[in-house]
Amino acid sequence: MGHLSIILARVLQAAPTLFGIVVVTFLLTRALPGDPAAYFAGASATPESIAEIRAQLGTDQPLPVQFVRYLKDLAGGNLGQSVSTGQPVADELLRRLPASLELTLSALLLSVSIAIPLGVLAAVRQDSWVDQLCRFVVTAGVSLPTFFTGLLLVYVFYFLLGWAPAPLGRLDMLHITPPPVTGFLVIDSLIAREWSTAWSALKQLLLPSITLALFTLAPIARMTRAAMLQALASEYLRTARAAGLSSSRVLMVYAFRNALLPVVTTLGMVFSFTLGANVLVEKVFAWPGIGSFAIEALVVSDYAAVQGFVLSMAVLFVLLNLVIDTLYTLIDPRVRIEG
Amino acid sequence: MNRRELLKSAGAVAAGAAMLPFLKTNAWAQSAGTAVVLIGNTINSLDIHRPGTNRPSYQVAVNVYDRLVTFGTKKLADGSLSYDYDKVEPELAESWQISSDRKAILFKLKPNATFWDGTPVTAEDVKWSFDRALALGGFPRVQMGAGGFVDPAQFVVVDSKTFRVDLKQPSKLALPNLGVPVAVIINSKVARANATDKDPWATEYLHRTPAGSGAFKVERWEPGQQLVYARNDKWVGGPLPGVQRVIIREVPATATRRAMVERGDAHLSFQIPNKDAQELAAAKKVKVVGSPIDNCLYVACLNYNFEPFKDPKVRQAVAYAIPYEQIFKQAAYGRGVPMWGAKSAKPATAAWPQKFPYDTDLKKAQALLAQTKYKGGFEVPLSYDLGEADWGEPAALLIQESLGKIGIKVTLDKVPGANWRTVALVEKKLPFLLENFGGWLNTADYYFYWAYIKGNLFNASNYDDPAVAKLVEETLHMEKSDKSYDAKIKQLIQKAFDDVPRIPLWQPTLDSAMSPKLQGYEFWFHRQVDARSYKLV
Amino acid sequence: MTDITVNTLAAAPRSSAWSRGYAHFRYVMTSNPVTLLAFVMLAAMILIAVFGPLLVPHDPLATAADKALKPPSLQHWFGTDQLGRDVFSRVIVATRLDLLISVSAVALSFFVGVAMGACAGYWGGWFDKLSGRLLDTIMAFPLFVLAMGIVAAAGNTIQNIVIATAIINLPFYARVARAEVSIRRNAGFVQAARLSGNTELRILIEKILPNTLPPMMVQLSLNMGWAILNAAGLSFIGLGVRPPTAEWGIMVAEGANYIVSGEWWLALFPGAALMLAVFTFNLLGDGLRDLVDPQRRT
Repeated sequence: MGHLSIILARVLQAAPTLFGIVVVTFLLTRALPGDPAAYFAGASATPESIAEIRAQLGTDQPLPVQFVRYLKDLAGGNLGQSVSTGQPVADELLRRLPASLELTLSALLLSVSIAIPLGVLAAVRQDSWVDQLCRFVVTAGVSLPTFFTGLLLVYVFYFLLGWAPAPLGRLDMLHITPPPVTGFLVIDSLIAREWSTAWSALKQLLLPSITLALFTLAPIARMTRAAMLQALASEYLRTARAAGLSSSRVLMVYAFRNALLPVVTTLGMVFSFTLGANVLVEKVFAWPGIGSFAIEALVVSDYAAVQGFVLSMAVLFVLLNLVIDTLYTLIDPRVRIEG
Repeated sequence: MNRRELLKSAGAVAAGAAMLPFLKTNAWAQSAGTAVVLIGNTINSLDIHRPGTNRPSYQVAVNVYDRLVTFGTKKLADGSLSYDYDKVEPELAESWQISSDRKAILFKLKPNATFWDGTPVTAEDVKWSFDRALALGGFPRVQMGAGGFVDPAQFVVVDSKTFRVDLKQPSKLALPNLGVPVAVIINSKVARANATDKDPWATEYLHRTPAGSGAFKVERWEPGQQLVYARNDKWVGGPLPGVQRVIIREVPATATRRAMVERGDAHLSFQIPNKDAQELAAAKKVKVVGSPIDNCLYVACLNYNFEPFKDPKVRQAVAYAIPYEQIFKQAAYGRGVPMWGAKSAKPATAAWPQKFPYDTDLKKAQALLAQTKYKGGFEVPLSYDLGEADWGEPAALLIQESLGKIGIKVTLDKVPGANWRTVALVEKKLPFLLENFGGWLNTADYYFYWAYIKGNLFNASNYDDPAVAKLVEETLHMEKSDKSYDAKIKQLIQKAFDDVPRIPLWQPTLDSAMSPKLQGYEFWFHRQVDARSYKLV
Repeated sequence: MTDITVNTLAAAPRSSAWSRGYAHFRYVMTSNPVTLLAFVMLAAMILIAVFGPLLVPHDPLATAADKALKPPSLQHWFGTDQLGRDVFSRVIVATRLDLLISVSAVALSFFVGVAMGACAGYWGGWFDKLSGRLLDTIMAFPLFVLAMGIVAAAGNTIQNIVIATAIINLPFYARVARAEVSIRRNAGFVQAARLSGNTELRILIEKILPNTLPPMMVQLSLNMGWAILNAAGLSFIGLGVRPPTAEWGIMVAEGANYIVSGEWWLALFPGAALMLAVFTFNLLGDGLRDLVDPQRRT
């Protein structure tokens, strides 16, 4: 099978997953306690006014009817209207997704650029002080809740020292959003040649990225180390060394390449985990991302918003898994993907 | 993978929508005329009539739209400013006349009042707006109904600048109810032009694009992030605001809000936790204004559906076992007005709210409980709203501990947002809960109407008493100046003392922290930011 | 934790598995003092979990109006919280609950996940497809939001927090197990075992699974900490364990809001306890990896 057909097969495989997600999300949202109509009816609602809102939301219909209606809307590309923000869910997600992605990706970039070299170094110098230090640093990063680290960083670098800008989301109040190209503010403002806006966006991005990166160092560094150790101890490496290949070549080409496999798996999981987990960081830094939107929606039982959020995340993960699987086949020819 | 296409096409939409004229920086963001206000919640709509609009969004109706009337301002004892319920003042109306049978109010609109687009404000607009509040149902209709406005036929256009409201019965609540946020006046020409057959009241349009005559226009709205008001220099509803722009920034973390206002990066942090209020006030770096919220009480409700609470002695025992002083110290942080420990078991005045004749007295509680069949104690869950956990949780914990001492075993139950309304107020099935109702219209009968009448939303206790029902019916629309009014209110308060379906813990304050530069901060019954009075010095 | 060790050791193929296991355990302990330290710390934690509630100086639930928010002192080593409760007593008492949450959540997801992943990776076929779909569905959920959803829908009891945490960790184990098993299922040593007449199940459990454990041990140790952090995150948005229960996560979550006002001890001490526990689990993970890694078992 060629790479292309493998990828195609994988996309087809994703269809039942997506359907599963649609069903599970629908049921999960309906299992949430509370009646959104009662919530949105506002301060001095009467039973009649609640019933009216229920009819507007369509929640007075039996579940199967609601589900069919939801499927029909989905088929038409309509994710529905979020009751709590009053915007179409699709608009809301598109506006917020870049914010979350920018934060997650920059955090991961930061994390990978520190964690992988650290992990390799720790494996090569196993049980040395480098190894112990690496273990200490990454463990410290992962052993505190992200919201705590975030609040601590804000306290020290904003409140006490005044080095960091106010944790007010993606841009300070002085700057205006550049015309969107990628949706990533730093890149967009660079494209628009607005250097001070780019700088401002970067500054705003710094603390939340560090907060998230600290948390993701550990899985990446430690998986790198473990995988490297295993690769280094393997027979083919002994053979390679015995065959007289230089140690740096052995390290980089054979060991690292073999170690990449579990690292990539971990990276994918960490990405998905981070995208979900940065809801807390978003809350601390008033980051207008997709996660804070989801929390709000969940707490007020905003069905359409929760469903749309989960569904779009699902699509993202399916794509991500596709990338990981493709990487797998490129890195390791031993893995076959069943079509 | 049609979702990918969806993503792609929607991306194009987003890119298109963003081709707004852009400036490199907001030069005004630093200018002296711009106030920065922090709030903790999200504004989800610019249209107060739309179903689903949340409470924080009401401030848009306040700042951006006008009503026929507004309330005056009074200075409180601590020097802070508050609205004055007893002084109704003109906003878009120039003057009004109440008919001799008090069943009609005739309004003359200000001749120079115009909407932002320059068209004059007419009686047609007023009628259309009020009709809309009734037609869209939900909360706006309920609130209009509180003033006796239930039928569009009651709203009469006399001529283009004269408008009349007909009442089915005379009511003291009618005029004040035209000053609440819901009674906004919308530019009906603009709205109609953007209405569709499916959406005759232009909810889609007004949701994003206000069309009013108010002191501020919405310059930018980025939901979930910020709302920027720019002053309307042609406003005639009142004195021109002292600030040119107001940036309302949404910052969910209370710690961040506190840090920002302390560091001077924001002029006002609106509605701060009690603890912050106490500490910031003591530190004196920023100014803290705490105004007692009229007609609002934090109470512990005892549900009559729960067997032990059917016995008045059990309810009184609970009222004597609540550690008021400690709750006031550790949940309210001293921010509020005590509502316990009245000397006499009879109300001396008709003032509301007033102190209840209960105090922490475990011996008395024990003795009362011993007279009932529950002397061995019983178990009961105490519920509170997740959104009110900053005071609810400490209060609940302290109640739990104290009731444990008289043998009532309390378990705590924290209920999240949407569910709270359903179980506590709609289904009314929580046996024991903490509740925080406050009435917009500041009269005792209005409070009793919502909280002590069977079936009404805030009567989470399922309290039902024919005498109270009769008294409320008599007093609700009666003028306060009526001779029998005070006596009847006293009777109501006496019932509340004796039956205690709701045990008041304290009267809360609305606390805000602000930079000394910001002046003109005023407390309003709707508990939202009203930036029209703000000044920067 | 000990359960896992015993199980994997018991699965070791040799006749005198126990004595060999013990010898290896001693070897690992003596050769790596850090691992020894980790085991000592774990033992201490277990002791505290068992006897802590009997030893604490104050009632962890008793409030005191006059003692609210007092900094650490001789009488209250870790200070008092907003209701005047003794933070030290609360931190100690919380150990039991937190160990319970993390161990049970991780054990649940580990056993279910490894079993699922290993079977899927080894035999493939319909089970692989089905479990793959299931895992994809779970994975495709934003994990923390899924946990939130489960807890919000089913109620915020400790049991539901454990289940939610176990579910969101499941794919980690299942996918690693599947990947590791599927790489090796046709490897030389497996072919050899097959030729010498071993049953498939035996090959999977005895030959392949031990090889997949080392990378998983790392996950395991990290997830132990994550389980508590997850509970802490749920507490931060108000969906954690119910008050007045003492639990590190909810204490950090609540204490975090007091940092700006200068009451650092509220979050710091439970945070330190949390950190210490996560450290222990991590070091332990390395020790366990050494214990079960056949390549180091010489």
